[in-house]
Amino acid sequence: MREPRVLDKIIEVKNVTKVFDDTTVIDELNLSIRRGQFITLLGPSGCGKTTLLRMIAGFVAPTSGNIYIEGQDVTTIPPYKRPVNTVFQKYALFPHLNVFKNVAFGLKLKKVPCGEKLNSKGEKVEQFRKFTKEEIEQKVNRALRLVGLEDYGHRDVNSLSGGQQQRVAIARAIVCEPKVLLLDEPLGALDLKMRKEMQIELTKMHRELGITFIYVTHDQEEALTMSNVVVVLNDGLIQQIGTPKQVYDEPANAFVADFIGESNIISGTMIKDFSVKFLDTVFVCEDKGFAKNERVDLVIRPEDIDVFPENSEQGQLTGTVLSAVFKGTYYEMEIEANGYEFTVQSTTEARPGQKVKLLIKPNGIHIMKKLRTVNEFVGEVSGENTVDFCGGSFEIPTTLEKGTPVKVYVPFDAVELTDDEEDGEIGANVTHVLYKGSYYQVQIYTDTDEDFYIDTTDEWDIDDRVGVKINKSKIRLEVIAHEEESDEN
Amino acid sequence: MNKKLSLILRWAFLIIVLVAIYLPIALIVVYSFSAEKNIGSENGFGEFTFSLYSQLFQNSQLMEATLNTLIIGVVSALLATFIGTFTAVGLYYMRKGKKTVNFISQITVVNAEIVTAVGFFLLSIFIRDVLSIPLNKGIGWLIVAHTVLTTPYVILSVGPRLNQLNPNLYEAGLDLGAGPMRSLFTVVMPQLISSMISGFALAFTLSLDDFVVTNLNKGTGGVNTISTFVYANLKRNLDPSIRALSTIIFVIVLAVLIVFNIVKNKKQKAAQVG
Repeated sequence: MREPRVLDKIIEVKNVTKVFDDTTVIDELNLSIRRGQFITLLGPSGCGKTTLLRMIAGFVAPTSGNIYIEGQDVTTIPPYKRPVNTVFQKYALFPHLNVFKNVAFGLKLKKVPCGEKLNSKGEKVEQFRKFTKEEIEQKVNRALRLVGLEDYGHRDVNSLSGGQQQRVAIARAIVCEPKVLLLDEPLGALDLKMRKEMQIELTKMHRELGITFIYVTHDQEEALTMSNVVVVLNDGLIQQIGTPKQVYDEPANAFVADFIGESNIISGTMIKDFSVKFLDTVFVCEDKGFAKNERVDLVIRPEDIDVFPENSEQGQLTGTVLSAVFKGTYYEMEIEANGYEFTVQSTTEARPGQKVKLLIKPNGIHIMKKLRTVNEFVGEVSGENTVDFCGGSFEIPTTLEKGTPVKVYVPFDAVELTDDEEDGEIGANVTHVLYKGSYYQVQIYTDTDEDFYIDTTDEWDIDDRVGVKINKSKIRLEVIAHEEESDEN
Repeated sequence: MNKKLSLILRWAFLIIVLVAIYLPIALIVVYSFSAEKNIGSENGFGEFTFSLYSQLFQNSQLMEATLNTLIIGVVSALLATFIGTFTAVGLYYMRKGKKTVNFISQITVVNAEIVTAVGFFLLSIFIRDVLSIPLNKGIGWLIVAHTVLTTPYVILSVGPRLNQLNPNLYEAGLDLGAGPMRSLFTVVMPQLISSMISGFALAFTLSLDDFVVTNLNKGTGGVNTISTFVYANLKRNLDPSIRALSTIIFVIVLAVLIVFNIVKNKKQKAAQVG
């Protein structure tokens, strides 16, 4: 692909936060987008990707922070004055206009500079004029040709198929010659075949037009195939920015690994550089720079595990095949080894019940920093042997005086979730569940909007309402030396 | 046999219902061609004649009442359509308190009309005597009252159409360079036209029909609408030309309905075929 010569920043998002009805959708987000890129904002629904796009378009104002387009602060500039155009999720074509008039809509409103003129005070004033009818016709036809709908100008938009409507929506946006084209899940409403076709066409259009595309999707495959840069978002935070290859091969954390592609995510310990221990086995890896015995997450892609017969010399782990499905060019198998259920894609056939050896090469193991290793909260000693935090009062043996602010450390495995909220000390909602082979890492948020990570063998569903019980003997308290809570917003 | 019987019963039921609905109207239409003052007099139907129709146009009081009805109906329905549509659009794009405001705007629809009528009556006195603003009840006041009365119905007619629209339509207008007002008028409004027309028709019919609010608020200046005129006449003897007037109203409404449906069907077909 031809790289655009000028690689300056066309869009900058600085410290942007968006709060909707007490929910933080975008949290102190910073992002620079270079001219000419095809950038994808990728994440699950509710991660804030569409909100971010809508803030760039100007439909939503940030709660705080600034957005710059070509260095100009556009935070308070309305959408109709921004040099960007949007392709909406459900096209949003104007039903009362035909295809031609839909595409011409923006052009008819556009003013182009036509030289300077001296005004009555002798100052130079830039003159603007509207496009002529011929110019509009020429531009509309060119845009329709680009999307492959040159003979459709007179057609009623309601009579077009979904794919054709989407093309009209794209033509309507690009005809205005925006500096940045914003696409909000534009292929979501199309069927699979149409979607694949449009993916190819969009990449082609991006190349031909040479403008910046910002593309929002929850479809990781779409993101990986189309874009130069993928921005993975979750909970209003950027999890990783990188090329498609980087986010796939070197996910920054367990969330990215889990979201992008199928993967085996396992907890392990870095013994030393290039050596990691997991499932009671020491493996050679290619990562270094972690603390000695640091707890890490590691990801192994299903295609990076080789399968050998039981009696083979090769392989570090011995496992039992639980299931095997032929997928056309490879077998997808569930193989249990040392208490972990691996998903494996291999050309070697193995039948359920069969014992096999598994080989994981150093370049197949990718080590990631654990997002968090302990839950940390700010609380206060509220009485004899009681500490308040997360909206609850917990009995914890302490000699500290009442009113002392403390940091409370709660290990992942010190928390027990209960079905009935009444059985717990505080109530919370499950937001995220990550399967780690032998247990689940569950993320919950309390009514005071604080996050807990919990390691549990029980399976919970997202949005479950749960009670939280904490094993007090595992809680650690630390006195906060200085008042640090001055930055209340 | 059983099947046949049930079929007959079904048809019989349908016919009875339709007859019950249309019998009074049919009676009016039939007797509009009879010049007999009293239905059921010893002369029977008398002879078939258009004389009631010519009488109708000579009855200056009734013609004035008709004209008043039309003026009040058209003006208040136009105002209600305008206000109601903008209210509906405003409500649609509201973020907080949408449900509450929607609910409040619809209370008068289910509320007894007599309450609105008395309310307006009191309001007119309040304005005149307490606020000391000279206010003459009459056509102007009736237009205000009818507009207030019918606006919620326009909201009720336009609101659902807005909910069907693509939520990004207005934003698409903004995105393509149209300011808020321009987007509203060139992008959103064109989608609402048919529901605005239904809203207008509904408002107009309600105004045409209204008796309770009108009778209490027409003032003493002798302003009458068809309904108050008929009511005042009933006390003496009902002018037979009312039958002709009722027939004309019925025929016009019927014609409008038929045209409206034909246009709608054509549009739908055009959209399907493309």
